Amino acid sequence: MRTKLSRPVLWTPRLRTPLLFVGMAALLIAVGVGQSWVVSLSILNLCLISAIMALGLNMQWGYAGLLNVGVMGFAALGGLAGVLISQSPVADAWSAGGAGLGIALAVVVAAALLIVLLRRFVRRKPLRTAGTAVVLVAGFFIARIFFDPAVDEIERIDSATTGYLGGAGLPIILSWIVGGLLAAGAAWLIGKVALGLRSDYFAIATLGIAEIVITVIKNEDWLSRGVKNVTGLDRPVPYEIDLQQSSWFLDLVHWLGADPITGSSIFVKLCYAVLFALVLIAIVWLAERALNSPWGRMMRAIRDNEDAAAAMGKDVTRRHMQIFVLGAAVTGIAGAMLTTLDGQFTPGSYQPLRFTFLVWVMVIVGGSGNNWGAVFGGFLVWFVWVEAEPAGFWLMDAITAGLPEDKPLRAHLLDSAAYMRLIVMGLILLLVMRFSPRGIIPERRGR
Amino acid sequence: MSFLAGEGMTGGYGGADIIRDCTIEAEQGEVAVIVGPNGAGKSTAMKAVFGMIVLREGAVRLDGEDITRLSPQERVRKGMGFVPQERNVFTTMTVQENLEMGAYIRSEGVADTMARVFDLFPILKERRRQPAGELSGGQRQQVAIGRALMTEPRLLMLDEPTAGVSPVVMDDLFDRILEIRATGIAILMVEQNAAQALTIADRGYVLVTGQNRHTDTGEALLADPEVRRSFLGG
Amino acid sequence: MTDVANAIVLLLNFVIVPGVAYGSQLALGALGVTLIFGILRFANFAHGDVMAFGTMVVLLTTWWFQGMGVGIAPLPTALIALPFGIVGAAAFNLAADRVVFRFYRRRKSPPVILLIASVGVMFALQGIVRFIIGPDDRRLADGARFIIKASEFKAATGLKEGLAIKLSQGLTLAVAAIAVAALFWFLHRTRAGKAMRAYSDNEDLALLSGVSPDRVVFYAWLIAATLAAVAGTMYGIDKSYKPFTYFQLLLPIFASAILGGIGHPIGAVAGGFIVALSETAVTYAYKKFLRYLVPESWEPSGLMQLLSTDYKLAISFVILVVVLLVRPTGIFRGRVLS
Repeated sequence: MRTKLSRPVLWTPRLRTPLLFVGMAALLIAVGVGQSWVVSLSILNLCLISAIMALGLNMQWGYAGLLNVGVMGFAALGGLAGVLISQSPVADAWSAGGAGLGIALAVVVAAALLIVLLRRFVRRKPLRTAGTAVVLVAGFFIARIFFDPAVDEIERIDSATTGYLGGAGLPIILSWIVGGLLAAGAAWLIGKVALGLRSDYFAIATLGIAEIVITVIKNEDWLSRGVKNVTGLDRPVPYEIDLQQSSWFLDLVHWLGADPITGSSIFVKLCYAVLFALVLIAIVWLAERALNSPWGRMMRAIRDNEDAAAAMGKDVTRRHMQIFVLGAAVTGIAGAMLTTLDGQFTPGSYQPLRFTFLVWVMVIVGGSGNNWGAVFGGFLVWFVWVEAEPAGFWLMDAITAGLPEDKPLRAHLLDSAAYMRLIVMGLILLLVMRFSPRGIIPERRGR
Repeated sequence: MSFLAGEGMTGGYGGADIIRDCTIEAEQGEVAVIVGPNGAGKSTAMKAVFGMIVLREGAVRLDGEDITRLSPQERVRKGMGFVPQERNVFTTMTVQENLEMGAYIRSEGVADTMARVFDLFPILKERRRQPAGELSGGQRQQVAIGRALMTEPRLLMLDEPTAGVSPVVMDDLFDRILEIRATGIAILMVEQNAAQALTIADRGYVLVTGQNRHTDTGEALLADPEVRRSFLGG
Repeated sequence: MTDVANAIVLLLNFVIVPGVAYGSQLALGALGVTLIFGILRFANFAHGDVMAFGTMVVLLTTWWFQGMGVGIAPLPTALIALPFGIVGAAAFNLAADRVVFRFYRRRKSPPVILLIASVGVMFALQGIVRFIIGPDDRRLADGARFIIKASEFKAATGLKEGLAIKLSQGLTLAVAAIAVAALFWFLHRTRAGKAMRAYSDNEDLALLSGVSPDRVVFYAWLIAATLAAVAGTMYGIDKSYKPFTYFQLLLPIFASAILGGIGHPIGAVAGGFIVALSETAVTYAYKKFLRYLVPESWEPSGLMQLLSTDYKLAISFVILVVVLLVRPTGIFRGRVLS
């Protein structure tokens, strides 16, 4: 038995975690002073959202060992909720195609019910399989009979500005909850199919489902306007223009000795930051309580030895379903928050690298199984992701400074500097995995 | 000094010693059998001889050469053949390919050896194009033994070769083992079916809790009333 | 009768021929994934980008050849640049193994760790490829365009529908056939190939037989890289070269490998063709096809398209899910190389 090496006092978890967050804050302040406060706050807001996404994935991977490679899909569903909640309904579209869509939906539900009944009451397996297939195919074609013309009608209505059903016309902040629910519902469906698969198959399955979610959102214009995007979403915070014209704000800015335009921008970003921080704090609080409850301990026990847990009578798949749905809900909330912050929903911007694999880097680098680790990973990795671009540019500029301005190599290197961030991310992930495999803030064990 | 000599072997997995001061020997042209109750460390003793566990004390010598520090792979090159108890054939490869893999480290004379293995196990010749996974349990054991023979070992080690096969197949396997002995190879075998195994043993080791309890010829052990009472069920 | 012939030609032209070409590309990709899985036991998420990397080297070499006026017209110049791409991809894979994967392999880390490490490699590799050549769409094909032109076919047969076979499609099939044949010859007829199969089947017994794990792993990376470069180049010649599409190919490639039984080479090939043909068949609009076959009064009003082409990816995925549910081992009961 080897005794553990004694570590410097600073590296005890009790002190290390706060110190790391202080360091992170210092980085953001440095950007505020060195670059600009607007940039610094933009980064902070996305750090907060990233931290929530990382928390969601950390529940699935860190607590339960579920290899979810479909984070992007849940984030996009959350984002879709932003549109479905806040946009005003398009009355013409509803009257033109609502009925047809309704019938199509009814057909789908009826087919689903029929399949459930079939699978419950028909005993003979070949008959059951054949019946399921028949209902599935028939349901698909019958639904299409109603669905296709309805969609054509909807998409024809004022397609330059609407061409979709619109939303519920409610405050967008509600979409944070609805986004979570939407993602959770999707996770439940996916879990029904994919949980219980071997971990690598589960990974590939979730990767595929995320792609399908994005494909649907991109192509079903009646629902989301697809790649035509939905812009000008409702805001939970004031608009800069309004601030610049309200006297209290001008007085405040004047008193601070700042410029009203920059000031309004900073003020708006601060409002977002406060909202996001509240959500983050709430989720961390809940996550910490959950992780340290008997439920959390059981979850980790299952993760560490699935067979033993199953032998002890734990229903592994059921537990996995719970955590998968919960994690997806958190990811969905973050997705809705992101759409809110952007003020627009752009299906084309969902790329697995940014929305799935980057979140993975956050969790692994931060420390899987530890909520604070996930939060810190979200902050740090997002910061590096954003700042790697200017840093790469600066680096390339420095390296090629000796070359003449118009040399093609120099131009190429400067053009390509943006891709440094991908290389940096890969390196960070690999280095942390190799030299600090449990992450920067490792999971607390032995309790 | 015996051809194979594992002397005073002590060791096990992790921290705990499973075998203690255990001595196992085998001569060329002889069958040595290790028997004993469950958990007595029979397989561990054989693994120690083959270098699959690290010894804390003791030494293993083959033909006078100290091989205590060699890896199992190196011991194969020194002339040891080992037939594991489970997963001892390549199920997706044909019988012939299994034998070829047995001879992987050899560059010449493979065809002759294979012909001899086929002589010993004629059914394998018949089935040589069939995947080993499709064979019956007894035939699979023949493939496993044949694979180990392909390196032309001077010592053949068998870990419970008759586990899970029918009595008829067991008798057949023991007959083949005697045929292999006749070629002058030393054979070391761990057996659960102690009474039957000792009938073909030139040398028997009864292990209890990782230590030598009785060592004698197979015949003598079978005749020993204490051995009969304690280990052979009367 | 001519109506039936026309309908068949239509189907051949728009479903079978493109499906077979795409299927060959997927099969080559899936073989690489399945090989790595069979030997190293993990799903390599970097494989799509290794394809992109190898093809990038081919593209750069092609430009160099074109600049020097070297070519093999009517065949595409990329074909003589292919060996360079193979060397490039192999060098990358071997370097990645040395720097990243070997460490985890020697510690016997669980496959999941290697999978996540492959995500790290994927990130870095995407960066490297874009850093060198950028994210844009580029043309890799030159030389002749068609083996059979639609107009020639019409003139020769007198049918209303034309059948066009692009040179790239014929070439893809031929190259894939050669590559697959060479791989099977290697796996079943050579000592090294048999050692690989043995290692994949039963690692412990293979080690006991004197198989060197490092050697086996070396061959696995080498062959996977070769297949990746070939697959990527054929895809690039057939369509075009854009780094991101290679990452997207990962999903149908995984689907093909799992469908056929992961770790099973014949399965990977079969899986590739099934996935590709399903994609083209399900997204084809059958309106014209049916018009040839049914009486005029039955003529369908819609396009008779099961799903829009945008849902291609979804199809490979649905197949994947059905296979995982119905027969998780895949068609050929995968797990090991055989």
